[in-house]
Amino acid sequence: MAFDVAVLTFPGSNCDADLRWAVDNTPELSARAVWHKETELGSPDAVLLPGGFSYGDYLRCGAIARFSPIMNAVMAFAKAGGPVLGICNGFQVLTEAGLLPGALLSNAGQKFICETVVLGKEGRETAFTKGLPETLRIPIAHHDGNFFADEATLARLEGEGQVLFRYLNAQGERQAGAAPNGSMNDIAGICNAAGNVVGMMPHPERASDPALGSADGSALFSALQGFLESK
Amino acid sequence: MNARVFVNLKPGVLDPAAKAVQGGLHSMGFDEVQSLRLGKVIDLKLEDRPDAEERLKAMCEKLLANTVIESYRIEIGD
Repeated sequence: MAFDVAVLTFPGSNCDADLRWAVDNTPELSARAVWHKETELGSPDAVLLPGGFSYGDYLRCGAIARFSPIMNAVMAFAKAGGPVLGICNGFQVLTEAGLLPGALLSNAGQKFICETVVLGKEGRETAFTKGLPETLRIPIAHHDGNFFADEATLARLEGEGQVLFRYLNAQGERQAGAAPNGSMNDIAGICNAAGNVVGMMPHPERASDPALGSADGSALFSALQGFLESK
Repeated sequence: MNARVFVNLKPGVLDPAAKAVQGGLHSMGFDEVQSLRLGKVIDLKLEDRPDAEERLKAMCEKLLANTVIESYRIEIGD
């Protein structure tokens, strides 16, 4: 039986269908759409929060989605150790909900950036990153992806291997300031202290088939498959 | 009763939009502007209740401000 992957949809989500496609395109994973007004998740094996502009990004990106009825169930699922991945707006929702540390500010250049970036994979092995190649080419598409955390939080993220993805330069090398959006320490993705909640600004679902220009993103969904099979 | 909530980015948090506005003032010749922050003003009309201030604080902490990056101030009017 396939693993049940809940993909949330908030009003203003626009990557949910692509994300479900990428999940369904992975052996043994089956995507299930969950509307934000639901109060129960059922019993999923993983929960994914898609990109988009939930609630029009009013007030702050992700601030209002964080109080959607379904989020209580997501918080409970995360606290029980269930694997949760937030992509782009989903990452913003997870920081607003306090499930991930830090915040996503406006891009330093005040521009919406839509381009393929080179990511370095590092840090802990999580349900979504175990066995990933060292570098991946995955697109970003955001206006507010500038990762910020206070000094102590940043030190903890770096020290505990909670930085999972970092923007590299075009040659795939670490270079201070390589982040196109001004992110501190060029951080593109992190996990929580327990390692089960992951957030990232780049869109793996948009790089999940060779026809899309890169299939590197599909490795995250394969990693989830591997993680669930080994449980 | 009326209340006004001011929300602004904490000092040290990059505010590129404010920087752009400040740059605009400078290019107009207003060189005296040393710093500028773009905040939000939120006006609320509320039912009178004895714990109003406490509840306003909760609104700020939970939703109106993200205290990781923002500070807030509450003014209570008539």
